[in-house]
Amino acid sequence: MASIGKIARRTFLIGSAALVGGVAFGAYYVARPAPNPLTAPEGGATLNPFMMIDANGITLIAPRAEMGQGVHTTWAALIAEELDVDLDQVRVLHGPPAQAYYNSAMLGEALPGKGYDRSDFAHALAEQVGRIGKVMDMQVTGGSTSMPDGFERMRATGASARETLKQAAANRLGVDRAQLKTERGEVVAPDGTRIPYADLAVDAGKLDPVDAPLRPPAQWRILGKTQPRIDMVAKVTGTARFGIDTRVPGVKFAALRMNPHLGGRMIGFDDSAARAMPGVDRLVNLGDGLAVIASNTWLAMQAAEAVRIDWAPSPNPADTDAVFDRIAAALDGEANSTLRDDGDTSALPLGASEVTAEYQVPYLAHATMEPMSATALYSGIKLEVWSGNQAPLLVQKACAEAVGLEPEAVELHTTYMGGGFGRRAEVDFSVYAARVAKELPDTPIQLTWSREEDMRHDYYRPGAMARFRGGVKDGTAVFLDGQIAAQSATQQAMARWLGLPAAGPDKGTVDGAFNQPYAIPNFRIRGYLADLDIPVGFWRSVGSSMNGFLFDCFIDEMAHAAKVDPLKFRLQLAADEHAPSAKVLEAVRDMSGWTCQTPAGIGRGVGFCYSFGVPTATVIEVTDAGGPIRMTRAWIAADVGTALDPGNLEAQFTGAMIYGLSAACFGEITFAEGAVEQFNFPDYDALRIHNTPVTEVKILENQEHVTGAGEPGTPPAMAALANALYDLTGTRARQLPLMHDFDLLT
Amino acid sequence: MPVSLTVNGTRHSVDLPEDVPLLWVLRDELGLTGTKYGCGVAACGACTVQIDGEAVRSCQIALGDVAGAVTTIEGVGTPDALSAIQQAWAAHQVAQCGYCQSGQIMQAAALLAQTPAPSDEEIDEAMQGNLCRCGTYPRIRAAIHSAAQMMKEA
Repeated sequence: MASIGKIARRTFLIGSAALVGGVAFGAYYVARPAPNPLTAPEGGATLNPFMMIDANGITLIAPRAEMGQGVHTTWAALIAEELDVDLDQVRVLHGPPAQAYYNSAMLGEALPGKGYDRSDFAHALAEQVGRIGKVMDMQVTGGSTSMPDGFERMRATGASARETLKQAAANRLGVDRAQLKTERGEVVAPDGTRIPYADLAVDAGKLDPVDAPLRPPAQWRILGKTQPRIDMVAKVTGTARFGIDTRVPGVKFAALRMNPHLGGRMIGFDDSAARAMPGVDRLVNLGDGLAVIASNTWLAMQAAEAVRIDWAPSPNPADTDAVFDRIAAALDGEANSTLRDDGDTSALPLGASEVTAEYQVPYLAHATMEPMSATALYSGIKLEVWSGNQAPLLVQKACAEAVGLEPEAVELHTTYMGGGFGRRAEVDFSVYAARVAKELPDTPIQLTWSREEDMRHDYYRPGAMARFRGGVKDGTAVFLDGQIAAQSATQQAMARWLGLPAAGPDKGTVDGAFNQPYAIPNFRIRGYLADLDIPVGFWRSVGSSMNGFLFDCFIDEMAHAAKVDPLKFRLQLAADEHAPSAKVLEAVRDMSGWTCQTPAGIGRGVGFCYSFGVPTATVIEVTDAGGPIRMTRAWIAADVGTALDPGNLEAQFTGAMIYGLSAACFGEITFAEGAVEQFNFPDYDALRIHNTPVTEVKILENQEHVTGAGEPGTPPAMAALANALYDLTGTRARQLPLMHDFDLLT
Repeated sequence: MPVSLTVNGTRHSVDLPEDVPLLWVLRDELGLTGTKYGCGVAACGACTVQIDGEAVRSCQIALGDVAGAVTTIEGVGTPDALSAIQQAWAAHQVAQCGYCQSGQIMQAAALLAQTPAPSDEEIDEAMQGNLCRCGTYPRIRAAIHSAAQMMKEA
């Protein structure tokens, strides 16, 4: 990661006005090019914001956070495909904070359209809103948007660079560009002369970029085939540097202790014992908590624990019941959104049988394997920050504000992330490191949160409640009226990140419910926002993480009320509405040999959710062989439109399912005295190797758009498990986690 | 008073209180950051190292109690010279975020040293203390079987 530091340093010293050798190739902007944040290396060129070529070879900049989802490898593959280089010829680095790297797909995804129903109007609107991303500093990784965002522009970047390098060679050789070919990072002339790209980079940087059409998938060499991940060797040798592994010469280590009563301040403290402890350098008062700087992280943590602190109480409701009373109260209030309102939901159709149910899901922590950590070095006029984060521009701005500098004076290095799942889109851990570093100028400070601090100071997945009223008739659903209430993570995050006022219908609360591709003639989904200030944020699959369970389990209840095979019930509803969704249900039926008949001691359930443009169906099999219930097998079918890396897709869907099943079985954040009651993995456990089912994944490509894959595997997993437990035991789970109602293998 | 210990064959003398856990000696004092902090309470296995070939949670071993030779992920293989188990991990493309994998590999290496051809049940037994939030377990299982095969043939 060393060289990105040099790039960023030059960039910030020179400023964005100087674009030495920086030429913008057509496709990386939408309306107007943002400044290229890269400056040319000596004897080389930065042909566009995504690529540098110099004597050391080709460096690709992936301004999306690598947190395990494989985005570095696939973004590199998109460029390499058109550039005619092999993946082993390129290095990939995280990009510096820059508007050129904004996420055009993120805001399009935030629009309240159903998604699967992509009319021209909805598409145009999404494009327009996508442009706002640049203005809004949305260099954010999330929402499974990296592939929709990068698919066209990364290939166009590679194609344009290739043709421009060829033009530089054509000028040098005095031949026509059309006579030249490219191969493995070299331009090849008709007489066999080969010129490496590195030799052409400076010349190419002086030319106007050449536009080039994209190659059809039939000609792809790299895309569509499983690629070895470019970060794999580093990650199996312990040499990959995560944020917590940053080692700057002279670094001191700090620990954090914040008010567990969320939102409360610190009234006073006695640090006399802590200051006398070994290795302790100093204490920093942060207002709502404190940090201890020491010679070793563990010594810092011990000293932080030894401080006697008088905490102010939390302004939030005291306990879990009081929190859910507020959410229930929201359900009785005015709706924030009615994003689906088909037919007549004023009364049940004549002759329909009524089904009603209420559901509840808890708050959840992200619990990334790497606890929050960041390193900062403050010099009075400059701040340098090392942080594994999903939103570099936001982090840069927030850190600048926290120490009283301009954003340009903050140099941010984005490192590998030990899991993100949405947690690292937040700026808090970087800002605390910056604030602590300001207290000890010219000394790099690494601030690491203990697992307990991490667990108890998250931006949680909101808890939610839902009421459903359904009607079934002649073996199908004819009526569905759903109400879902939760805190709005979107509104809270927009206020926190961008200072935007909360307004309008919140898609996040009802995502994964209102936009399900089911032809139910009388179909309404209303969202309600709970008036609570518990810190909430984006958790893998966001709103669909709640609704994938709530909504799909209720569909299962309706199927049973209609006395129809629950898979067939969903299939009939999807068939007329969205063919790709029907096809994933058929695929999972065929893979699992679904018969709707299970022998004694075995249960099977299906779950379905359309999220992030991906219809995903999951079947889970559970077995009761006289001990705790085991999950024995799982099958997943998903339609990603274009499968860019099948091996990575299999890993993402499997991992996303396990993340969902972990939460479904064991995940809950509860409150007492306004503080989170869970501390660490013993009371916030997840699946482990022995209770993970054997899993098969099938990727379909019937949709026309390219999609991401980090999230859509999570929502249907939770429902499939609950539906399987119903099949096994006859007990319908309407609350998570399932460990409270079932004897699950732990 | 300085305490001495042997890590990956190198003798070190460190000036830290004897109750500092080995994990934090490795990471913050010796700069061996391949060993990871995950929970500090022996509940996740990210900090797993070997002492005289036995897999231990380095967050639970005080510096003063380190009696044998310590092996960390850095001592198992390097990017230019992967051990069989690391080759198997790469061949199966196990890692996603990768943070827990040092500990997974150290645990698996200890298992294979003791049980050269482990069954699925033996893998479950040995590996269930190692948490992976990305859910790479199916590939971990496959990589352990492959590594066992490679080591048998070697």
